Amino acid sequence: MSERERSMEPLLQVEGLAKHFEVRSGPFSRRTRLLRAVDGVSFRLARGETLALVGESGSGKTTVGRTLLRLHEPTAGRALYFRPRVASEAPLDLFRLPRRALRGLRRELQMIFQDPYSSLNPRMSAGTIVGEALRVHGLARGSELEQRVAALFARVGLRPEDAARYPHEFSGGQRQRIAIARALALEPNLVVCDEPVSALDVSIRAQIAGLLDELRRELGLAYLLIAHDLAFVRHLADRVAVLYLGRVVETAPVEALFERPAHPYTQALLAAAPRADPRHRKERTELHGDPPSPLSPPAGCAFHTRCPVAIARCRVEEPARVRVAEGHEATCHLLEGETVADR
Amino acid sequence: MSGAQERAAPAAVLEVRDLRTAFAADGGMARAVDGVSFDLFEGRTLGLVGESGCGKSATALSILRLIPPPGRVAGSVRLRGRELSALDDEAMRAVRGAEIAMVFQEPMSALNPVFTVGWQVAEALLVHRRLGKRDARARAIELLAEVGIADAALRARQYPHQLSGGMRQRVMIAMAMACRPAVLLADEPTTALDVTVQAQILELFGELQRKAGTALLLITHDLAVVAEAAERVAVMYAGRIVEEASTVELFERPRHPYTIGLLRSLPERTPRGRPLAAIPGSVPSAFDWPSGCRFRTRCPLARALCAEREPALEPAGAEPGHLAACHFQEEAARL
Repeated sequence: MSERERSMEPLLQVEGLAKHFEVRSGPFSRRTRLLRAVDGVSFRLARGETLALVGESGSGKTTVGRTLLRLHEPTAGRALYFRPRVASEAPLDLFRLPRRALRGLRRELQMIFQDPYSSLNPRMSAGTIVGEALRVHGLARGSELEQRVAALFARVGLRPEDAARYPHEFSGGQRQRIAIARALALEPNLVVCDEPVSALDVSIRAQIAGLLDELRRELGLAYLLIAHDLAFVRHLADRVAVLYLGRVVETAPVEALFERPAHPYTQALLAAAPRADPRHRKERTELHGDPPSPLSPPAGCAFHTRCPVAIARCRVEEPARVRVAEGHEATCHLLEGETVADR
Repeated sequence: MSGAQERAAPAAVLEVRDLRTAFAADGGMARAVDGVSFDLFEGRTLGLVGESGCGKSATALSILRLIPPPGRVAGSVRLRGRELSALDDEAMRAVRGAEIAMVFQEPMSALNPVFTVGWQVAEALLVHRRLGKRDARARAIELLAEVGIADAALRARQYPHQLSGGMRQRVMIAMAMACRPAVLLADEPTTALDVTVQAQILELFGELQRKAGTALLLITHDLAVVAEAAERVAVMYAGRIVEEASTVELFERPRHPYTIGLLRSLPERTPRGRPLAAIPGSVPSAFDWPSGCRFRTRCPLARALCAEREPALEPAGAEPGHLAACHFQEEAARL
């Protein structure tokens, strides 16, 4: 199967994902308020594809990743997972699977966290951390386990003798390599990468980003890349979904998103990102204020309080998804006249 | 940036010479800052770029003499010609906040949670400017409005936790600017902020500088922030400045292999589908800098000389004021 063909096959289809948290109104209050961290997010991910979720703090991008792997229990929606190894089987809804069935699927769905300092058990050697899942799943033991761990170490650029060392003996970049080796041990189909390079030093980021990209090409992995650094997203992702206050405001192939952003928020986000080119300085920022709190999202279009082109309708009516071009959708009232609405 | 700015040759407001800061810990000596020199000019921004552990934050704290014992600071810091290292603690306290102010990365931990933000801004005025309470409060509200806080009078009565991250950083800047300091040291001031808020804060710095003529030291790990906001850049590695130049010169004609490596590793400078050019290895420890050139353990040009002799920061390239510390900078320019 060619890479192109494989990339057309669906791996994950998320529909109407919502995750609400109950939070206390104050430290001594018994009243609770509803925090709508994610409120109706839908997207598709094909085999071998990298979809980036981008957005600012409070956009819900991390919650989407964690809820998919059921580190949070979803409030609503479904997540259809098409198991590539069992092509004929009907897709599984990850949100309706009992815990026990989910455990078996953990092999196929892995996660890499932002902070390689807190995501590795400090009392285990690097070799034990990487080999643990193989042992727990009964996939290898004894000398075979050692060999598999050694191969994983070599694959992520660690030396064989590193297996005996403990997390605190490694630099941040090396720890992230250990976390990647651990995620790869069970040959997953999908890896959720939550800000995989943002805690790392600048000179190390390119090493880890390069490694992730290489592994994807070689192993046919799909990534859900949660990131705020747009330059890395542009380099690594095939498609991008832009989140604002728990909703997807735009989805597009990576080049279309950066070249022809359709949603005013995406446009503002791209314009605000500093560029490493002193000859192209920004004149003025058009976006003012901070993103509103997800505890009290604005009515209508959630972006209308900061939108430079908002009209009266935006304050009262939530915009529907509009198809801008092939594979390119945005939710904005102002786009509705230009193309045919999706629904 | 503009031609007019480059023609004028203003006097340096702050001159830092051979700054050295060492910490004794765990039976060793960490030379965090090891011979750093630079000048800050009125109304201009110097970007101080480097990775964690390179000594950039320690440089700012050393200028303010905020390094706690057993840390030791040596070297010369002159503010408008006045030598600060000769001042006693009380005289130094009068300088801090009034003439040299600092903004930190985490406004939540730098602000006092039990006082209103208006009071915290007014405090500097009560201490340094001897204003009465009523005047200080009125001036604090003006300052909050000046840094772009809407409803400043209302906000002044609120506590830090009631404000958003971007607003807290604006409060920090209002506090720092309260006494119209000649020099502002900003340590990763936008790192904890979202990109849309970061753009607003960088713009605010520019406005305040134009209005008050403040000299800004912008400490950051983010090369894009420097490209956006600084006229000159100094690149730090392992406790030393390895290259300094105007921002355009540094981005377009870098001479030090470390700077070249950093710029190459930026994803936006690498075409899609092409692997990112990473700098191998990681930053050495301040307890154990390599001999000679400290970058040699990661440098593609390193040879015997680099281990033997430490390169001096010397004129590089065609632009006056471009400095680089590399034995093979001619070769590096062709990398």
